Amino acid sequence: MDLVLQLLFTGIGIGAVYALVALGFVLIFRATNVVNFAQGEFSMVAAYLMVVFSVDLGWPYWLSFLIALAGMALFGVIFNLGVYYPLRNRTYLPVIIATIGASILLSNSVLAIYGPQPQVLQGWFDTPGIQLGPVYLDSQYLLIIGVTILLVLFNFWFFEKTLLGKKLQATSQDKEMASLLGISVSTMIMITFIYSAVLGGLAGILVAPVLFVSIQMGSTIALKAFAATIIGGFGDVAGAIVGGLALGVIETFGAAYISVPYKDGFAFLVLIAFLVFRPQGIFGERVAEKA
Amino acid sequence: MSATDNMIPAPAVRSKPLIIRHLPYFIGAAVLVALAAGMQFDGYILNILLQATTFSIAVFGLSVVLGLCGQINLAQAAFFGFGAYAVGLGTADLHLNFWLCLVGACAITLIAGAFLGMSTLRLGGHYLAMVTISFQQIVTLVMINAIGVTHGPDGVANIRRPELFQSSQSYLAFCVAMLAIVGYLVWHLPDTKLGRAMRAVRDNELAAGVNGIDVFRTKIYAFGLCALLGGLAGGLFAGGFAYVSPDQFSFAESIVFLTMSLLGGVASPIGSVIGTGLLILIPEWLRFLKSVPGLYLAIYGLFVILIIRFMPDGIWGFVSDAFTRWRAHTKAPPAAAALQLKPATSGGDIVLEVTGLSKHFGGLKAVDGVDIAVKRGGVHALIGPNGSGKTTTLNVLSGLYKATAGRIVLDGTDITNMAPHQRTAAGLGRTFQNIRLFRSMTALENVEIGAERPGNTMIGKGEDALTERAMEALTFVGLGNRANELISSFSYGHQRLIEIARALASNPTLLLLDEPAAGLNSTEKLELHELLKRIAAQGLTILIIDHDMTLVSEAAQHITVLNFGRRIADGESMAVLRHPDVVSAYLGSE
Repeated sequence: MDLVLQLLFTGIGIGAVYALVALGFVLIFRATNVVNFAQGEFSMVAAYLMVVFSVDLGWPYWLSFLIALAGMALFGVIFNLGVYYPLRNRTYLPVIIATIGASILLSNSVLAIYGPQPQVLQGWFDTPGIQLGPVYLDSQYLLIIGVTILLVLFNFWFFEKTLLGKKLQATSQDKEMASLLGISVSTMIMITFIYSAVLGGLAGILVAPVLFVSIQMGSTIALKAFAATIIGGFGDVAGAIVGGLALGVIETFGAAYISVPYKDGFAFLVLIAFLVFRPQGIFGERVAEKA
Repeated sequence: MSATDNMIPAPAVRSKPLIIRHLPYFIGAAVLVALAAGMQFDGYILNILLQATTFSIAVFGLSVVLGLCGQINLAQAAFFGFGAYAVGLGTADLHLNFWLCLVGACAITLIAGAFLGMSTLRLGGHYLAMVTISFQQIVTLVMINAIGVTHGPDGVANIRRPELFQSSQSYLAFCVAMLAIVGYLVWHLPDTKLGRAMRAVRDNELAAGVNGIDVFRTKIYAFGLCALLGGLAGGLFAGGFAYVSPDQFSFAESIVFLTMSLLGGVASPIGSVIGTGLLILIPEWLRFLKSVPGLYLAIYGLFVILIIRFMPDGIWGFVSDAFTRWRAHTKAPPAAAALQLKPATSGGDIVLEVTGLSKHFGGLKAVDGVDIAVKRGGVHALIGPNGSGKTTTLNVLSGLYKATAGRIVLDGTDITNMAPHQRTAAGLGRTFQNIRLFRSMTALENVEIGAERPGNTMIGKGEDALTERAMEALTFVGLGNRANELISSFSYGHQRLIEIARALASNPTLLLLDEPAAGLNSTEKLELHELLKRIAAQGLTILIIDHDMTLVSEAAQHITVLNFGRRIADGESMAVLRHPDVVSAYLGSE
């Protein structure tokens, strides 16, 4: 039982990271109707930015953190202008392929600069964790879970209560109508990419001390985050979060009770099972095309 | 669009047998095979050629699935690896015959591809992209971790070749021959029924479905074929290099395949060969790039973005596009005989009987308990104000929406629960309010897809009969002389006519026309009216939806009126149009 609780905690912690990245996926998908396959690289780039400022340059952790997030915002702008924006009037297939190209470009550029050795980034707190009854609560996991809860609340407030959030929603639901109402669609999409890059970056920075900072961390997280969005119900914000948490828990238990080397395979098996038996996910996706 | 044009009797189209027309290709291929067998290459060149040849075959697979069918596959390296491991483990560990292993490699990948496709191809392209990546990851995980079977990271060594091709030189010649044969099949595929179906699915899935194409099955065929070619290529690769290891079949390698395909031109096997050749040779010339890990793949990634942005059809697409344009204007289409419409008459006097048809979207009752009976040989109109449920009714009739309740009987066959393509096979033809043509194809090819409707009794066997039928239909609507032009060069009104021709070529029992007059100018409307008369004169039953009251009242003998999803009037045209409920529905009541 103690082990179960411990695994549950770890699973939720890692699942929270998937949920954050999945949220970034969903936001971009809703704004542009395409999946950004470089979403995971956002996390990877942010983690390496942390390594640059905090480890290599030795700047304070909080400063490096702020600079890395600002860097991610800029990165979102560049990504939108370089990859998505030129293709905005084409079908989804070229855009998907371009984002895959971007993902390969990013991860291998970092590989060329930093080499294949994983980098180590220390956690935010000096205390490694606290013992709560039978469960050891790792401080970094606690931070991840806390930040995720805050961000989910922020996300809700932002999209439901602010004018900007409502404009973003309007854009994602009907671009033509939104532009007729005087909303600048390209600005809204730009904001979405910035927000999404920061969100992905935040996930990367938070998870970096738990995993190693490596080239593969982006694609691993992204694949699972995407699986999470499908499990939760494609395009659904709540679905992304629930799916991410569920996947983190499934994976942790799978690794503990079934097989460690195949840990990364469980997410995909669950994904394929969902695609076959419940493709609309837990919360359901609205799919319809008008003839 | 005058009727007299159609009356010229023309000689039937007869083309030379394919094998003779394509003779230059086979001669060229034979020369290449002879060169591969005869020239003395050193080991380095031989390896590069062998790699280029086998990779090209794998990239052919992508040209089928991505180029022809518009579906993505990001696991081609996994299928390639499947094939390589099947031959590798089969010949090295199990000491089986090479040929048996190669056939086994093809069979395994075909099954794996079809299975993977079945799980995902009903869903959109994003799912497919992600599932193929996941599959790729699982395959890599298994290759590395299932050490008992795959030897893990050590890979498989001592892979054997067939007795016949022991020397590297002769094995290369064999691979080149395989490349030529597979290349021929892939090159010819777009002009076959299956190939046309794939292109139709790529251009417009909905239109493909209502033209009698089983969209899901077509995608699975494309995906299975792609996987099979990957497996075949992998098997040949393993035999050629005698050693394989998991890192050769990673996700990065799938991206390399994709880049090759995109660079050369995804639509054609010639593009595949160009792209593969370039991306194998360029890194060899720029070897210094490989000294920095990652740099080489980073450049691939950049290439992908740039190609998609600036050269979406790849190198060969760029060249062949110019050629197609040039040919469209020079090659005169053959003259065609008059179109014969012989609607099937298996049922009784009523061609279409709809009873209690309902379609609810959540709480909204878009169509609510509607009855329609369409008499054979007449023009029946379905009218109603905006939002009355006309188009929804048509979409339920053609199977794009599933009926919530009710029954649809076409010519004695209950089609209520059939998929769109099955209804088309049962004799339904339709056009769309917002035109849905296959935009990358010529007018003739569009109409050929219609003519290929399963169960079309009006075409003979073979390609020539098909072209003939399509030409007849195009000539019937007055566009026969522009048959070889691409859809994009036609005006809106003419595109509408091509859509009608596509439906007519299939010789439907019932033709559904969804607002055919929408967006047409007054001359075009008159022409459309004439065309409808000529269609009706051949005894084809038409169910038409339109707002144009002049067109409806003149063309239709029978009218059904919907309002708020319910039938408010039904009967002979003039009587219905004077019906007080109808007048108030359109003009409002006091």
